[in-house]
Amino acid sequence: MASSYSSPSEYISHHLTNLRVTVGDFWTINVDSMVMSVVVGVIGLGAFWLAAQRVTSGVPGRFQSFIEIVLEFVDTTVKDVFPGDRSFLAPLALTIFVLVFMMNLMDLIPIDFVATLMGAFGVPHWKAVPSTDLNITFAMSFTVFLLIIYFSLKAKGAGGFLHELFTAPFGSHPGLWVPNLAINIIELVAKPVSLGMRLFGNMYAGELVFMLLGLLGMLGGLYTAGSIVLSWGWAVFHILIIILQAFIFMVLSAVYIAMAHEHH
Amino acid sequence: MSLNATLFGMAVWFILLIWFAYAKIWPPLVGAIDERRKKIAEGLAEAEKGKAALADGEKQKSLILKEARDQAGEFKALNEKQAQSLIDEAKAQAKVEADRIIAAAHASAATELQKAREQLRDQVAVLAVAGAEKILKREVDAKAHADMLNQLKAQL
Repeated sequence: MASSYSSPSEYISHHLTNLRVTVGDFWTINVDSMVMSVVVGVIGLGAFWLAAQRVTSGVPGRFQSFIEIVLEFVDTTVKDVFPGDRSFLAPLALTIFVLVFMMNLMDLIPIDFVATLMGAFGVPHWKAVPSTDLNITFAMSFTVFLLIIYFSLKAKGAGGFLHELFTAPFGSHPGLWVPNLAINIIELVAKPVSLGMRLFGNMYAGELVFMLLGLLGMLGGLYTAGSIVLSWGWAVFHILIIILQAFIFMVLSAVYIAMAHEHH
Repeated sequence: MSLNATLFGMAVWFILLIWFAYAKIWPPLVGAIDERRKKIAEGLAEAEKGKAALADGEKQKSLILKEARDQAGEFKALNEKQAQSLIDEAKAQAKVEADRIIAAAHASAATELQKAREQLRDQVAVLAVAGAEKILKREVDAKAHADMLNQLKAQL
């Protein structure tokens, strides 16, 4: 437990360190984040796949009803921001929502529980919440960024896209090309960066609060009791953040891709 | 916290999941929902049709009922008329029969009277002869006075 750490700073830094396999400087894999992402992805989308395997157009069972409710929720949300063909955008939004929700949900597992359990197996570090890893959130947001570029090119053509980069939003005068391009690049890059940063920041901060409350618990006595109560309270509040961040990531991705279809 | 190759690993996994949702999850689920929606719409339309048919049937029913009632009334009136005519006929026949019987009775009574009169006449003649015999204290020759007696009879 937390008392096995020699100092508070060691406790914090331990909990903030990923389990890493390193080949080169950049060529490092955060094994814990990767494994947890795969596991929660398989569980989350696996439930939907299971429902899809046994789906009936007759009277649905409880499980299918639940899956359909989530599906309809995602579909309506996407429909609100993008009235066109949703055959790709809606499943994309569903993937984002389910995956981010499941990753965030890991935050509700008591913080020391995972670290202690994995420690018992001889694993030195284990961060259970993939969305507190900037690599994971940026991987998703930059995949969305690539999709934004792809759909921009598809909707406007390479020429149209380039034309827009140089002429929007100020105008097509040659003197305005440079400021236009600068603005557009900032706008384009800001999208995935803010998307990834927002999710990472929220989850990382939430995780930090749990850690600080864990530190409080290390003081013993009344502090431990207070730590448990406060951790519980923060976890309850965190349920809201978990769903909200998944929803925000989904909606913003849908909005960005919908915007890529628009002509200026 | 530094960026590393996890970025690519996660991106690959994310794209795999997107493809999976796009190809394997979304179409069957949405297909089932759309199919159910169609079924419900069809069911509602059928119900609407059924309702209309019911109203139609109700209308037809009342129409047939009214027709039957009218026909029954007609039959009843006809029957009454027929019965009345039968009764009238029977009455007329009875009257004729009664008249005939009365006439026959009259006739028979008349012949009876005639007969009685004849008898009375004969007896009166016999009485008159007997009376005369007594008066004359002698026998009257019936044969000799038959003519006279017959004359007397005729006068009675």
